[in-house]
Amino acid sequence: MYFGLSEEQEFFQESLLKYLNDAAPVESIREYANGNHENLTQDIHQGLLDLGVNALIIPEDFGGLGLDLLFAAAVSQSLGSGIAPATYIGSHIMAPLAIMEAGSGDQKDEYLSAMANSKMRFGIGVTEFIGAREDAGIVLESGKASGRTLFVIDGAGATHYLLSDNKGVLFVVDAKDSGITKIPLMTIDKTRTSLELVLEDVPTEILKGSMEDQDPIRKIIDAGRVMIAADSLGAAQVMIDKSVEYAKERKQFGRPVGSFQAVKHMCAQMAADLEPCYSMVWYSAHCQNHIPEEARLFACHTKAHVSEVATSIAKTATEVHGGMGFTDLLGLHYWFKRIGINRQLLGGPELIREEAAQLQNF
Amino acid sequence: MNLDYGPEYEDFRKEVEDFCKKYQGLEFSDALDSSQVPVGGGKKSDNKNSLIITRSEWQKILIEHGYFAREISKEYGGYGGTIDILKNKIINSEFNKAGVPVATRGQGIDFLVPTLLEIGTEEQKQKYIKPTLFFEMIWCQGYSEPNSGSDLASLQTKGVLDGDSWVINGQKIWTSTAKYADMMFCLVRTEPDAPKYQGISYLLIPMDTPGIEIKPLVDMTLNASFNEVFFTDVRIPAGNIVGERGQGWLVANKTLIHERGSLGDPELIVSRLSQLLELMKNETIDGTRIIDKPVFRDRAMKIQGRVLAFQNHGLRLLSARLNKRKDVMLGIMVLKLIGTELRYELEGLGIDVMGELGTLYEDSSNLRDDGSWQFAYMMYLGLIIGGGTSQIQKNIIAERGLGLPKAPKVKEA
Repeated sequence: MYFGLSEEQEFFQESLLKYLNDAAPVESIREYANGNHENLTQDIHQGLLDLGVNALIIPEDFGGLGLDLLFAAAVSQSLGSGIAPATYIGSHIMAPLAIMEAGSGDQKDEYLSAMANSKMRFGIGVTEFIGAREDAGIVLESGKASGRTLFVIDGAGATHYLLSDNKGVLFVVDAKDSGITKIPLMTIDKTRTSLELVLEDVPTEILKGSMEDQDPIRKIIDAGRVMIAADSLGAAQVMIDKSVEYAKERKQFGRPVGSFQAVKHMCAQMAADLEPCYSMVWYSAHCQNHIPEEARLFACHTKAHVSEVATSIAKTATEVHGGMGFTDLLGLHYWFKRIGINRQLLGGPELIREEAAQLQNF
Repeated sequence: MNLDYGPEYEDFRKEVEDFCKKYQGLEFSDALDSSQVPVGGGKKSDNKNSLIITRSEWQKILIEHGYFAREISKEYGGYGGTIDILKNKIINSEFNKAGVPVATRGQGIDFLVPTLLEIGTEEQKQKYIKPTLFFEMIWCQGYSEPNSGSDLASLQTKGVLDGDSWVINGQKIWTSTAKYADMMFCLVRTEPDAPKYQGISYLLIPMDTPGIEIKPLVDMTLNASFNEVFFTDVRIPAGNIVGERGQGWLVANKTLIHERGSLGDPELIVSRLSQLLELMKNETIDGTRIIDKPVFRDRAMKIQGRVLAFQNHGLRLLSARLNKRKDVMLGIMVLKLIGTELRYELEGLGIDVMGELGTLYEDSSNLRDDGSWQFAYMMYLGLIIGGGTSQIQKNIIAERGLGLPKAPKVKEA
């Protein structure tokens, strides 16, 4: 019996984090966020390709590494720690998983191989299947897609989009199609992009496996939720680490602020809240491949619970830093905002907890 | 990640399962103070043909099968096996599943026995361990004093060596089981001139010694789960000391670590959550099940998320004990804080689910689950405070876990 990450997974995490800290320190992130370092995201994308991050879960038959979602969650955690300005959850996890789950033999040959050798990159749009705002949604009619979808994940630089209609049918569209209008959405999180797509009679390639039942779309949402939780886990741990460091160094009234119980207890509470989240993220990720009967419930609870914990840490950590926490100078807000958008993507906590209740027939 | 225990353990699980079937519906002929029974921990049996035996007889059956005191040598009354964390885990979960009582524990078994095994003299081991395991010798813990709570090491109960006896004067408080305990393991200041942490000794006091007076302390649950114990010229043999003179603080700290861990057992919270969800399905307001009311539903799911995280955390700690590669000190330090706070909130939700009915208590009519929700709601507030308050836990997490600096020492007045 062994519960946790393997040495190999931890080693990968460390290499990835070291790479991110060198290639995208907070100064670079700030320049990028302010529009002065446009190459950063391409550079990081290339760096992730060199590490094989795009091919993690793609089966070896299609040129991938054939790893499971626990490995993918470990990677996601490091990307969250490093607030990586790169695509991952949609392009490298949800998209290949959708093809693996619902694609035909030909579609797998075509798309999985192309994703593994980075000839193709996918953005993901399933927001309206979870819950439609502004009456958005896409309708399929004789193989053509029309409508709009909000908050497409990893849409920047995508060659294709993998979208769903309101019933959960998954399909692929070519990002260059003239029937697609792309409207950038400016979220608080400048480390990642978000898009609104408007489609008018766009030719599609439907993933047949998603027409019979909703299992494929639910599976990719489950996986996406676990990955987002892992990203928030990584980001929240960094916020705690930075708080503890700051509380040791910053002096007021002639002593480190971390020696005051008010501050000390804030740090302890953050650590106590986050510690169990590691186990929850690992267990949930493990379930996705190995314990299918628990996979969905744990994906829901993990996304909701880790979001709650991370949101509370984001606030507390900022407070521990006092006025500096509020400034752009320190850049702590990049982690705050990453956690902020993670909370809402693929369903906020209240929405997801209702799903968890329904799953248990309550 | 590998959650399989392996075939050897699956065989063992089957063996334990069969054993539990055989003893389903077992009842004890002797009562135990209610404060020691985890509320909602087991199931009540309606089995009229149930086996009725004493707790001591049950302890012996369990030891004989290796389901209790596994790692303790035969010489001291144990089973004489090797340490096997997974087998212990299987025993616990199979017994809980079947609703068969596990061994009766208590402060003697949890804290004194490990202490004696580690630093007791051969004579002490021979004399105390076996009857303690057999539940023939019951212990209480004499640590806290009225003026020494969180600052336990400031304790003032005095021990003076007079010939071949210690003469003890002073007072202890929060002493659970003192009423029927045979013995007390007690922290006493024996070196008044030494610095605070080096002036304490760990003494073993027979409770029938003249000069000991026990006063029950009724707590907010209306139970007298605790006592005050007064010592007036209590004389005990000089040899009733564990470790050396002045080493009592170190001796006690070894076992306090056990205590903090044991208060936040994830498996107990998991089974209590199932009871909460059942309650929510059964209780109705204006004909609507509480579980169908969105706000209650959300609160339940929120707690469920925390409980599952805590349960997974338990697996991580279990694994870390098996694979020494992992450092999970921080993970262990947070157990008591999050375990007790979470349980308190869970019990509170149980009360809210019942509304006014949730305030019923004692032997009122219309009572639900024997009043266990209110009882545990109050009891867990006691546990948030006892054994190191949540605030002390946070100091420990921050200072020992995160390396934050201690507050500057204030000069004693």
